[in-house]
Amino acid sequence: MAVKTVIDAIGKIHPDSIIKQCETQGICEITLAADAFFEVMTLLHEHKPFPFDMLTDILGIDRMPRTPRFDLVYLLLSTKNFTRLIVRMEIDEGQDVPSVSSIWHSADWAEREVFDLMGIPFSNHPNLQRILMWENFEGHPLRKDFPLEGKDFDKPFDPTTIQDYC
Amino acid sequence: MTESKTITLNMGPHHPATHGVLRLIVELDGETIVKATPYIGYLHRGIEKIAESKLFQQVIPLTDRLDYAAASANNIGYCLAAEKLMGLEVPKRAQYLRVIMAEFARIMGHHLWLGTHALDIGAMTVIFYTFRDREMIMDINEEIAGYRLTPTFFRIGGVAQDTTPDFIKKVRDFVKWFPKALEGYHTLLTENKIWTTRTMNIGKISAEEAVNYGLTGPSLRGSGVAYDIRKAFPYSSYDDFDFQIPVGENGDVYDRYLVRMEEFKQSINIISQAIENLPEGPVHADSPWITNPATTDAQNDISALIRRFMMHTKGPTAPKGEVYAAVEGAKGELGFYLVGDGTEHPYRLKIRSSCFYLASALPRLLVGHMVADAIAIIGSLDVVLGEIDR
Repeated sequence: MAVKTVIDAIGKIHPDSIIKQCETQGICEITLAADAFFEVMTLLHEHKPFPFDMLTDILGIDRMPRTPRFDLVYLLLSTKNFTRLIVRMEIDEGQDVPSVSSIWHSADWAEREVFDLMGIPFSNHPNLQRILMWENFEGHPLRKDFPLEGKDFDKPFDPTTIQDYC
Repeated sequence: MTESKTITLNMGPHHPATHGVLRLIVELDGETIVKATPYIGYLHRGIEKIAESKLFQQVIPLTDRLDYAAASANNIGYCLAAEKLMGLEVPKRAQYLRVIMAEFARIMGHHLWLGTHALDIGAMTVIFYTFRDREMIMDINEEIAGYRLTPTFFRIGGVAQDTTPDFIKKVRDFVKWFPKALEGYHTLLTENKIWTTRTMNIGKISAEEAVNYGLTGPSLRGSGVAYDIRKAFPYSSYDDFDFQIPVGENGDVYDRYLVRMEEFKQSINIISQAIENLPEGPVHADSPWITNPATTDAQNDISALIRRFMMHTKGPTAPKGEVYAAVEGAKGELGFYLVGDGTEHPYRLKIRSSCFYLASALPRLLVGHMVADAIAIIGSLDVVLGEIDR
C-alpha cells in the first residue's frame, strides 16, 4: 500500500517522529511528535511518486480535562492516487505549532480558523488573525469551557466595540 | 516622473455580485487589481458549536443551512458521517433515493450559479430560464419531502419516507424535459461572443496551484484535475451508475463554466438511471438502538412504541470514535469530521467547507485583473456564504 511506504520512509529519516499509527474506516492515521512536525509534513508533501499535495482541512479537538489538552488533526490527500492520510498531534494550551502555510496555501485560512475558534497559536504564519469572529472578540468559541450562549449574552450589544478593518 | 498611487475600494458585504455577504477590499492601480483581501464571517451562526448540544438527528436541519442552494447534498454528508460512526447500513432503495435528491440539489445549485453568474456579467435573460427549471425541482422536493428549498429529507439510517406515484412521474417528466432546457442555456451563452470574451483567459489557475490552494469540485476540475469524490471514494451506491467526470484544460472562468454545464448533463443522466432502476425494499435501516420503528409497528406493539419514544426524547447514542465522511457537494468536497464520545450528542463536528477554500484563493485569482473581471471570477467559483461562515 502506498501509504505504508510513505510512513516507512518517514520512519527512516526521522526515527521516533511517529508516536502512534493506526487505521480507522480505511484511512491511515499517524500521530506525530511535536519536534519533527514541520520536517515530516514537508516530506509528506514532497514524497514521490504520490505526494500528499492537498491539505483538505485542519481541525482542533478540545479534550478538556486531559493534558495535553488539544488534538490537532490534519487531513491530507494525494490527488495522484486518491489516498487520504490523517496526521494528528497532541498539543497543550499555549503551545506553538509551526505553520504549514508555506507548504500548502490552503493551510493559511484553515490555521486562522483553528486559531480563531480553538485558540491554538501557529508560529511563522503570515497573517494570524481572527477570521470568522471579529477582531476584538474575547475567547475561543469552540473550546469546551466556552458557554454555548456566549460570555456576554445578557449584556446589550455595543456596535462601537467592533473595530473596522480599513 | 509621475508617482503611481493605488486606491482602496471596498466591495460588499452587501453587494449582489458577491453572492451573499462576502466583503472584499481591493487595491486598485487604475482599474487593475494589485491586491485583494476577502473578509468573511458575516453569516457565522456557529453551527459547529450548536451541534455539540444537539441530538444527532437534530443536526440534520442545521446542515441544510450550509450550502442552502443545494441543501440535500449537505444532508447526505452529515448522515453518512453519523452512520459511519454508528455502524449503520443503509438499504439500497434509500441510497438510490439519496442519490436522486443529491443530484437534484446539484442541479439546483448550478441553476442558481448559472443564472446569477450570467446576470453579473450582463447576460440578463439566463436567470429567467434557470429559475423556471429550478422551480420544477422545488416542486419535486415539495412532493417528496414537504419542503422546497431545504428539504431535510434524509434521516440517520435512510430517508424520511417512501416515494409517491406523483414523485416518480414528476422526476420522469423533468428528466425528459431538461436536456432541451440545457440546450437552451447553451444557445444563450456558450458561443456568445460577449460571453467568451468576458470569460476566456480570466482567472486562470494551474492544476498544481489549484490543488495547493485546496480547491475542489468544478473549480478544480476546470483546471484539469479529475478529482470527484463520487468516483474517487464512492458513497451511497454511486459506483452503480455510469457517468463521466468532465474536466477542463485552461482553468479559466470559461472552462469552469463548461465543466458545470456538462455536470448538468451527467447529473440528469444519474437521476434517470436511478429512477428507472429504483430497487424495492425498505427506505430506512432497522436497528433497535439507533432508528425509529415503522409507524405501523409503533401503533400495534408496546415495545415498538417505547422504542419510538426513546428515539424522540433521548436519541441514538454514538460510540467513542472519530470518522471523516466526504461527499461531492455542488461546490466541491464537503466533509464532516464527527467525533463521538459515547453520549447522544456529537462531541465535535467539523465541517470541511469547499467554499471556504475557494474564497481563500480569491487573493491569488483576482490580482492582475480588472475590477469587472473580479465579478466574473467570484461568480465562476460559485461561493455560497452560508457554507463559508457556517
